[in-house]
Amino acid sequence: MAQALTRAMRDAMAEDPTVHVMGEDVGTLGGVFRITDGLAKEFGEERCTDTPLAEAGILGAAVGMAMYGLRPVVEMQFDAFAYPAFEQLISHVAKMRNRTRGAMPLPITIRVPYGGGIGGVEHHCDSSEAYYVATPGLTVVTPATVEDAYGLLRASIASDDPVVFLEPKRLYWSKADWRPEAPTPVPGIGKALVRRAGTSATLITYGPSLPVCLEAAEAARQEGWDLEVVDLRSLVPFDENTVVESVRRTGRAVVVHEAGGFGGPGAEIAARVTERCFHHLEAPVLRVTGFDIPYPPPMLEKHHLPGVDRILDAVARLQWEN
Amino acid sequence: MTVQELPGAGASHRSTPPAWRPRTDAAPLLPDPEPYRVLGTEAADRLDPELMRRCYAELVRGRRYNAQATALTKQGRLAVYPSTVGQEACEIAAALVLEDQDWLFPSYRDTLAAVARGLDPVQALTLLRGDWHTGYDPREHRIAPLSTPLATQLPHAVGLAHAARLRGDDVVALAMVGDGGTSEGDFHEALNFAAVWQAPVVFLVQNNGFAISVPLAKQTAAPTLAHKAVGYGMPGRLVDGNDIAAMHEVLAEAVRRARAGGGPTLIEAVTYRMEAHTNADDATRYRGDAEVEAWKAHDPIDLLERELTARGIIDEAAIATAREEAETMAAALREGMNADPVVDPMDLFAHVYAEQTDRLREQAAMLRAELEAEDQA
Ligand SMILES: Cc1ncc(C[n+]2csc(CCOP(=O)(O)OP(=O)(O)O)c2C)c(N)n1
Repeated sequence: MAQALTRAMRDAMAEDPTVHVMGEDVGTLGGVFRITDGLAKEFGEERCTDTPLAEAGILGAAVGMAMYGLRPVVEMQFDAFAYPAFEQLISHVAKMRNRTRGAMPLPITIRVPYGGGIGGVEHHCDSSEAYYVATPGLTVVTPATVEDAYGLLRASIASDDPVVFLEPKRLYWSKADWRPEAPTPVPGIGKALVRRAGTSATLITYGPSLPVCLEAAEAARQEGWDLEVVDLRSLVPFDENTVVESVRRTGRAVVVHEAGGFGGPGAEIAARVTERCFHHLEAPVLRVTGFDIPYPPPMLEKHHLPGVDRILDAVARLQWEN
Repeated sequence: MTVQELPGAGASHRSTPPAWRPRTDAAPLLPDPEPYRVLGTEAADRLDPELMRRCYAELVRGRRYNAQATALTKQGRLAVYPSTVGQEACEIAAALVLEDQDWLFPSYRDTLAAVARGLDPVQALTLLRGDWHTGYDPREHRIAPLSTPLATQLPHAVGLAHAARLRGDDVVALAMVGDGGTSEGDFHEALNFAAVWQAPVVFLVQNNGFAISVPLAKQTAAPTLAHKAVGYGMPGRLVDGNDIAAMHEVLAEAVRRARAGGGPTLIEAVTYRMEAHTNADDATRYRGDAEVEAWKAHDPIDLLERELTARGIIDEAAIATAREEAETMAAALREGMNADPVVDPMDLFAHVYAEQTDRLREQAAMLRAELEAEDQA
C-alpha cells in the first residue's frame, strides 16, 4: 500500500504542476513511513517541502497556498500529532468554501497515518476519525486496499474540497497484485463497495478493520454464517444506499471499527441503518469497536483492537433468539 | 562556587562543536528603543504632500466610518462592531502601501483596512451584520476573509506569499493581528515559517493596549512585541501607530523589502483603542478615564492635521472637502445597511461541498418542505 500511495502522489505531481507535497521530514527522508520517498528528488524541494515542525503552521500555510491556486498535499506525521492543526482544520480548512459563498474552495489533501496494530508507543496509534467526520466541510476517506490507496488518493488530490485522507498504518505493508503501470480505475470518493457477498448478515467496516472482517467472514462459514462485508471507503460522504441495500438483503448488521464506540462513526452508522432498515432488521444493529480508552500500550493493544473473535461473538448475538 | 570552579567547566575542557555557529548578524534586526515618529519631527520635512493629502482624507473618512458603523449597532443593523477609533492610521496605512496584486489578511477588527483598500463598505460588513460570513470574493479584491479566530490568518498570509513567489508572481502579503493575538501559537508558527521560507510577508501588530480587558503587561514579558522578530531572524520595527506618516514609511519599506526578496518584517504599531472592545464590552471595568484622555491628545487625525496645516499642505477648504466626502460615504453606508438584506435559507446547504452530499440534500429537502408549509400557513 505504501508504494501505491507514493505512486499516487508522484503521478498527481507529474500531471499537475500545482500539486505540492509538504510536511515534516517528507523531503530528503521521504517521510517517517517513506510514503513520500523520491518525490523531492524527482520534483525538487519546492514541490516536496520539509517544513518547520509545526502542524498548525503547515496546514495554515497550505490554506494560503491553496488560496493562491496550488493543491497542497499535507502529511501529518502521526494521527495524534495532527491535533495542533485542528484549529486551522476546523475553523478555516473546513469552512472556507462556506464562508466565502463558494468563491474560495480549498483543494487541500491532508494525509494522516492513523490507527494501531503496529506496536507503536502512545500518541502514535489514535483512531481520530470521529473528530474529522463531525466537522462539516471535510471529506473523509480511508483506503483498505492497495488499489484504493492509489485511486482514492488520486481522487482526493483532484477534489476541489479539502479531504482528510486517513491511512491505516498497519496496512502500509500489505501487498497485492497491483500493477502501477496499469492502475485499474477505482470508484471515486463517496462510494462504498461490497468486498464479499453474503446472505446472513452484513459487516460494515472501513480501513484497518476490513481485513479483520474478511477473515471473520471466512471463519464464520464454519458456523453456517454467510457474511457480507461492506467497505465504506469514504466516511464523508457516507454511501448510505450501498449499506442500506446490503442490510435490507441480509436483515442483520454489525459495524466494526477500531475507534472507540461512544460517539464513534459506528454509532452514527448504526442509527442510520436502524432508521432506514427498521422493518428489515431481524436484530438490533450491533457494534464491535475499540474500547473507550486512550490507546493502550503496545503489549496490551491486542486486547483493545476488535479482532475476529469479537466479531464472531457479535455475529452469534445477532441470532437474537431469547 | 562560580561557573569556572565547577568540575569540568574549565576553559581547557571547553570545545566548540563543528558546523553550528550562532548568527552574529542579529543586531540590525533589533527594533529601535522608541517608536518611530515622523509627524512633529525633522523627518516631516520630507513628507510627500500628495500622499499626505490622501492619507488625511482617508483618515477622516475612516473616523466617520467607525462612527457610522457604531451607530448602526445601536440601531440593531449590525450585530456587533469592533471599532478602530484611534487606530485609523494603522488601518489606512496598511491599505495604502499595497499594490493591486498584493494581498491583505485582516483580523476581525480590520474592516476599515479592507474598506480603505477599496472594498464596498456594505460588503465588508456582512460578517458583522450577519447575512453571510464573507460578503465578497477574496480573490477579486485580494482581501482574505476577516479572521475571527485570532492569529490564524497569519500562516495563510505566509502560505499565499510563498505560493506566489513559487509561481514567480510579484505579490506581497500584509497580515494584521492584535497584541493579544501575538500570544497565540499560530503567530509564532507563521513568523517562523515566513522567516525560514523568506516569504514576502509583512506582519503588522496593532498594539492597542488591550486584548478585550487584558493589558499588554499580562500578555507578554518581552521588551516590546517588535523584539519578537529577532528570534525568528527577521527585522522588528517599532512605530507610533497614530502617526500615519511614520506608519506609511515603515510599512512601505517592509513591503519594498519583501518584494525585493528580502523576506518578512514584523512591525509593532503602538496605538490605543479609544472605544470599548466592541459595543458589547464595558471598558470602564478595566481602565480609567485618565489613560483614555491622555491618548486623546495623541489623536491620529489631529496629529496629521496640525502638521499639514502648519506646512500649508492642507487648508480649511481641504479639511471641509474631506469631511464632506466622509459624509457622502456615511450616507451611502447608512442607505446600504438600512436596506434589509435578502437571505435565502437554502444557502445553508449551497456552499458546504462542491457537490452536495446525500445527507445535505435530504436536510435541504426537509427545510424546503418546512418553508413551503410556512408559506401556506
Ligand atoms: C483563538 C481565539 N481565542 C479567543 C478569541 C476571543 N477574542 C476575540 S477578540 C479577543 C481579544 C483580542 O485582542 P487583540 O489580539 O489584542 O486584538 P484587539 O481586539 O485589541 O484588536 C479575544 C480574546 C478569539 N476570537 N479567538
